[in-house]
Amino acid sequence: MSKAREAKAAKIRQLMETEGDAVGTSTRGFNEGRYESVQTLDDYEGLKSEARAIKEDAIERLPELIDQLRETVESNGGTLYIADDAADANQYIREVCEDKEAERVVKSKSMTSEEIEVNEDLEAADIDVVETDLGEWVLQVADESPSHIVAPAIHKSREAIADLFNETFEPDEPLETAEELTMFAREQLGELIEGADVGMTGANFITADTGTMALVTSEGNARKTAVVPDTHVAVAGVEKVIPTVEDLRPFVELIGKSGTGQDITSYISLLTPPVESPTVDFDAPDTPLSATETDRDFHLVLIDNGRFDMREDDQLRETLYCIRCSACSNVCANFQHVGGHAFGGETYSGGIGTGWEAGVEGLDSAAEFNDLCTGCSRCTTACPVEIDIPWINTVVRDRVNRGEVSELDWLVEGLTPDEEPGGVSLQKRFFGNFETAAKVGSFFAPVSNWAAGLGVSRDIMERFLGIDARRELPAFQRETLKDWFESRTSRVDDPVRTAVLYPDVYTNHVQVERGKAAVRALEALGVDVIVPDVRSSGRAPLSQGMIATAEDHAHDVYAGLAEHIDDGRDIVVIEPSDLAMFQSEYEKFLPEKSFERISEASYEVMEYVFGLLEHGADAGALSAGAGEEIAYHSHCQQRTLGLEGHTEAVLSDLGYDVATSDVECCGMAGSFGYKSEYYELSVDVGSELQGQFQTDENRDRTVVASGTSCLEQLDSLLSRPTQHPIQLVAPRR
Amino acid sequence: MSTGTVATFEDSLERLEVGWTHASSDGLADVLEGLCSDPTIGVDLPYDGVDLPDWVNTDPTPADLREANAGVTAAGLGIADYGSVVVQGTPDGIEPVSLFGDLHVAVLRQSDIVPGMPEAFDWLGEEFRTGHSSAIIATGPSATADMGALVKGAHGPKEVHVVILDE
Repeated sequence: MSKAREAKAAKIRQLMETEGDAVGTSTRGFNEGRYESVQTLDDYEGLKSEARAIKEDAIERLPELIDQLRETVESNGGTLYIADDAADANQYIREVCEDKEAERVVKSKSMTSEEIEVNEDLEAADIDVVETDLGEWVLQVADESPSHIVAPAIHKSREAIADLFNETFEPDEPLETAEELTMFAREQLGELIEGADVGMTGANFITADTGTMALVTSEGNARKTAVVPDTHVAVAGVEKVIPTVEDLRPFVELIGKSGTGQDITSYISLLTPPVESPTVDFDAPDTPLSATETDRDFHLVLIDNGRFDMREDDQLRETLYCIRCSACSNVCANFQHVGGHAFGGETYSGGIGTGWEAGVEGLDSAAEFNDLCTGCSRCTTACPVEIDIPWINTVVRDRVNRGEVSELDWLVEGLTPDEEPGGVSLQKRFFGNFETAAKVGSFFAPVSNWAAGLGVSRDIMERFLGIDARRELPAFQRETLKDWFESRTSRVDDPVRTAVLYPDVYTNHVQVERGKAAVRALEALGVDVIVPDVRSSGRAPLSQGMIATAEDHAHDVYAGLAEHIDDGRDIVVIEPSDLAMFQSEYEKFLPEKSFERISEASYEVMEYVFGLLEHGADAGALSAGAGEEIAYHSHCQQRTLGLEGHTEAVLSDLGYDVATSDVECCGMAGSFGYKSEYYELSVDVGSELQGQFQTDENRDRTVVASGTSCLEQLDSLLSRPTQHPIQLVAPRR
Repeated sequence: MSTGTVATFEDSLERLEVGWTHASSDGLADVLEGLCSDPTIGVDLPYDGVDLPDWVNTDPTPADLREANAGVTAAGLGIADYGSVVVQGTPDGIEPVSLFGDLHVAVLRQSDIVPGMPEAFDWLGEEFRTGHSSAIIATGPSATADMGALVKGAHGPKEVHVVILDE
């Protein structure tokens, strides 16, 4: 393994060991809470679309809204400052504090303030800065960085926090329980807030019409921070501005549910500073509030720091719609296992973190963790503003690729007929051109394994391509699905439909049996089947960030299928990640009309069987279950498309007893689990699925899974055989 | 506001484990006596003919805030779907009084309970456009999970009780 890959693997291994359990427990809890909580909404999807539309409009009209906001803030008696970058913001904030002769600033939690590192700047000017959010305070005491954008100390267990407090503060009685730790922190921080000169908050949203900011919190520290001192500095990115107070509504309903799975957080502070509430001057403890002269000062510091450039960037603009809820972190299988210290950059972490880091810090910071997004797409439906987070990760990967230089291109020469300009890593070029490797692999099968066929040993593969030697390689079949299909005659008389079975690379070259099963099942249900010679979907290059190559595939695939679609044939797809290309990513590559045609004509194979049965096809033609117990793992992208239920329904209707896994992803994710720097993480993620399928209830169940990767991962983790559900229901011959 | 809305509000409070009591204007003092322990601070209620009992300190100092067991304030709005109350920051100190005590007692007129967030934000939009400067949508007590388990009472009240004033 190369030194860089070994270093990355070692860092991931260490974080899995030290922080993985704590991060996993909390994020999985948040994620389950989200699923439950959003069910309380009458129209969750409608609310997300509404939130999305407000953000699209606000970013489109941002300069105008900022002008309006400046007027409202100033007429309210506050000051608006637009800072170009971190240094500019810090200088302004420092000067405000120095004007007040402030000795102590108390802060509520703000990722934007982390971004500009204002604490360090103020401390350098001898101003004491106290984080009052309990999680942030733990990190301040421990001198660590946040591992999660909402729950910053998520990586620390209760025991670790107790040790930290007991060592640092030496309380009379050692602290132990969460209650004791919380009350201790409340007391310590309460005193620090009492003597504060300036309160600094972030802002989740700011409305241009009234200058009202919304702070989404639960502890009450933001309320105290805003009300106790007479000076309030709010720090936020320019993208936080929305038009009106009423526009807050969908966000208020969505943010807690999406993030920590709470219907709503304890406090949504809506403040139009300077607020009318009296200041609380603990230096004059016996002067009634009614006799306190309240003269409040308010500074809103809006930070550009790359955001206006992001607004001009067609690919990164969506990042600005992000409301920092953390849903994309919590739902992400990889994040659940390593947390934000691996899956994060300078400031931001999780799926959308890539977009933020690329925009505010630069590609280098984004490149550090971008590859941890496998494109499983589970975050796309979790995101309350419908951001295509995997696409942002793909775009950033593409940009990172274009900055890389490789001297060993000869290794993959001839295997990489891609459209990339050079600079893409060998590992990525190899996986991105997997279709070519598969053709070679089938050509050499079964006389030698394909790696030997390529003249490359596992050692060389690991050293130069970063393909982990511990991972079993796919066994290519000599007879491809297309070869097999061409050598036989269809036996369907008077067909009800004609279907094109899309020969994805894996079905064609590796898991040929599931392709044959699909042909038999469809024919048994009265469907005439065609298996055409069409190029691979482009999923493989896309997942390596090779966008130009993927787009080239999309054009060829559409060209290869268009006549079939024109002729009224249905496109049936076995591999969910390829179906997701047709129904999601192709929107970026094809003309709108073409995308609509291929998207509407294509079906997941079990979805198609479901439809045939619904329309009167004879279920008796398929293999009945007779109560056979099945353990089923759907595919991440299949579930994002909402197609998990069709397989379950078909199996149940045929008399199978189905138990379905509820993990977000199997951990294999295409090439991800092959890569030596990620192999151990992949296995760790897969262990959850392994665990679910090895409980007393499930251990004797027949294992079926929809995705190629899922089947490969299950094969390596379980000792019993696996198959695609179509193989279960297809007539035996 | 319908009885259905009030029932939904009560169900939501139940789910949040937030106590609630109905009271008439005459019965308020007794209800508060049962809920609060000394020292209790408060802010005069903006409802005609509804007064806080004398034992509620309505002119608190910072020291009183620090020592308060309970804080009694009006709530401008109740939001049935969520069990939230809207606490308006006013010059007479509703925000600190509702925030510093271990118990916050929110006194809410039954007619001020709305079904959900759409109605609440129609009301809030009007509030902010007519110059009000602060409203907290407060749902249950302050809470944190930052110390390894959910704990009620982080920086703010550990307990909330809603008194619904029947008219």
